[in-house]
Amino acid sequence: MEKRVTFASWTIGILFAVPQLLLIFTFFYWPAGQAVYWSLTLQQPWGGGNIWVGLDNFRSILANAVYWNSITASLVFAGISTGLAMFVALVLAALTDRQLAGSRFYRVVLIWPYGIAAPALAMAFRFILAPEAGFMAVVNQVWPGFWDPGLDGADAMASIIIAFSWKYVGYNFIFFLAAFQAIPRSLIEAAAMDGSGVMRRFWDIQFPLITPTIFFLLVINITESFQDSFGIVDIMTSGGPANATNLMVYKIYSDGFKGLDYSGAAAQSIILMLLIVVLTIFQFRFIERRVHYR
Amino acid sequence: MTIIKRGLAALAAGALSTALAVPAFAEPVKFDFWFGLSGDLARVVDTMCKNFNESQKDYEVVCTSQGNYDATLQNTIAAFRASKQPAVVQVYDVGTATMMLSGAYKPADKLMEENGYKIDYADYFPGIARYYATSKGEMLSFPFNSSTALMYWNKDAFAKIGKTEAPKTWEDVGADLQAMKDAGYECPMAINISANESWQLMEQFSAIHNQPIATKNNGYDGLDARLEVNKTKFVQYVTDLKKWYDAGLIKIKSKDLGQDMVQAFASGTCQVIMTSVGDHGTVGKTQKEGMKWDVAELPAYAGTERKNSLVGGASLWVLSGKSDAEYKGAAAFLNFIHDPKTALFWSTNTGYIPVTKSGFDYMKSTGFYDKAPYKGREVAIASLTASEPTEITRGVRLGNFTQIRAEFGTQMQAIFANKVGVQEGLDTLVKNGDAILDRFQQTYPGETLP
Repeated sequence: MEKRVTFASWTIGILFAVPQLLLIFTFFYWPAGQAVYWSLTLQQPWGGGNIWVGLDNFRSILANAVYWNSITASLVFAGISTGLAMFVALVLAALTDRQLAGSRFYRVVLIWPYGIAAPALAMAFRFILAPEAGFMAVVNQVWPGFWDPGLDGADAMASIIIAFSWKYVGYNFIFFLAAFQAIPRSLIEAAAMDGSGVMRRFWDIQFPLITPTIFFLLVINITESFQDSFGIVDIMTSGGPANATNLMVYKIYSDGFKGLDYSGAAAQSIILMLLIVVLTIFQFRFIERRVHYR
Repeated sequence: MTIIKRGLAALAAGALSTALAVPAFAEPVKFDFWFGLSGDLARVVDTMCKNFNESQKDYEVVCTSQGNYDATLQNTIAAFRASKQPAVVQVYDVGTATMMLSGAYKPADKLMEENGYKIDYADYFPGIARYYATSKGEMLSFPFNSSTALMYWNKDAFAKIGKTEAPKTWEDVGADLQAMKDAGYECPMAINISANESWQLMEQFSAIHNQPIATKNNGYDGLDARLEVNKTKFVQYVTDLKKWYDAGLIKIKSKDLGQDMVQAFASGTCQVIMTSVGDHGTVGKTQKEGMKWDVAELPAYAGTERKNSLVGGASLWVLSGKSDAEYKGAAAFLNFIHDPKTALFWSTNTGYIPVTKSGFDYMKSTGFYDKAPYKGREVAIASLTASEPTEITRGVRLGNFTQIRAEFGTQMQAIFANKVGVQEGLDTLVKNGDAILDRFQQTYPGETLP
């Protein structure tokens, strides 16, 4: 006798899926389709008309040195900020997990940064890192001209990396801590009884067991560093000096909304999407091999 | 993809807010006015709207600040594409070319004529009117908030080097800055080199020296205009600024670094700045106790036959696709703003200058310019009317000029950071700026500026 619940037809299943599909279509596929269409035309901003130009938008973007500079800046930003945010969060989470003095206090405190909106935290960091008024003014007093994000591109890049990493340390911390606490105490205690020290236990037991979390955070951090950096760049540097912090997502905004070049911006957002897709595939293909799922 | 989602959300929000702002049973006739000023200035606009609504019973204007000029234009475009546009919108000076080609407006002069208002267009200061008029002189929009750039100078610092007057030539400026440096001033002059300063550094300088920014009379005569600031007197100007910066006579001040130019001047840290007359009030209100300062016209190189400086600010456009009743209201509103009494109210409460001769005369007759906090603002009128506007001091009529200004900021930063030489940086500015113009021209094939 057949005990499994089956549906008479596909209809009912599809009906259940329809609301979700409609939402996804309206808020993802439809605008994404529009972006593809816009990227193949030249749109008049006021909607007066458009001209089919095929791949011209892509050609002119890819032939533009400023755009390649923007890609490089985005990759540098993604690499360093992801590394920094994950490393710091990992260390903090490992220490919290060891129940050092005060760990309950900073378990709560470390989660806060992620709750702060990017523009607000960018504003705070703008003050902190201002070369003439903030904390860095003190450093500049000792070494004049050491810190100048207004003209030095590397300093400006460092500023936005610090601000972004600071925010994502909180996010990563939550996940790392949960991962550490999911490791059975008995394993660690057994290792301790066998005489292995803190570092040994970390490398041989904890680290391999949290690789799924590390991999998850790596994908999320890299993706977010391409997308969530907008608010920070807009408030702290506006893409300057001399395009040093003109990340891809910021360039899309400034070309599209400030420059009213909707077609060029649409083409750029398609390229950004493809880049993120490729990076994510790469991570799943090559890095996930080293992940041990339990 | 978030960008697109965000854009869509903004579009929906914009559409929603306009939908809410226009109730079904409206008596008097309501119409929308979107503007791009914020803070204190937005409050002054709100008061002006209230005054208009109380001055008559037939119309009611609903004034909504969109935060800043960029956002106003973006939101208006989004609203227009969704057929929810306001009747009147404030568009900044550099958006004029974009507006003219939009096909989304109702010419201001026609609107006034159809609704029986007589506006004496010759009453506008030519330097202001020509900036917004077509190449044939028709007014498609009404000049609203207007300013021009002035040099603010610290009288105390100049007294220390034995000067009682502001320098009139750039040669004198160089000597005076050096003298101030020698007298122990850390920051003789402050500038900033972001996109926004294109206005005082490139545009005003070029107008005063009668130097073109672009071919085709700065773009008035066609969309095929291209930049040429890399072969005018502007090159020498940037070279000098860079030289003075290297010698420590000029410091860069911006909000990102901790203190902007105006704050640096008002606090007495820096002795000379170039900024809008609109900051006159701010400096007065925030200045260091007892500091003596004044404003002067921007300097020119020795031997220059001085021309009018350029107007900055915004004009009011009436958008197409509204009902006749709303147009009647819009016309009444524009007529109200045009009134000299409104000009006095507007200029008193902001730093902006009157845009008509009758407004200026009316303000002079009330003794406005003799009183302490406002004294000095007449220099702006003198600067704007220094000469009859020439073919290239009418203004700048280039597509996507916002992006060209951004490119200006980028290249100036590269020059001041010693990444490129002056000529090389300006050549790149022209090259990249021309690509922007090229693109704008391609977007409007076969069209011409009115």
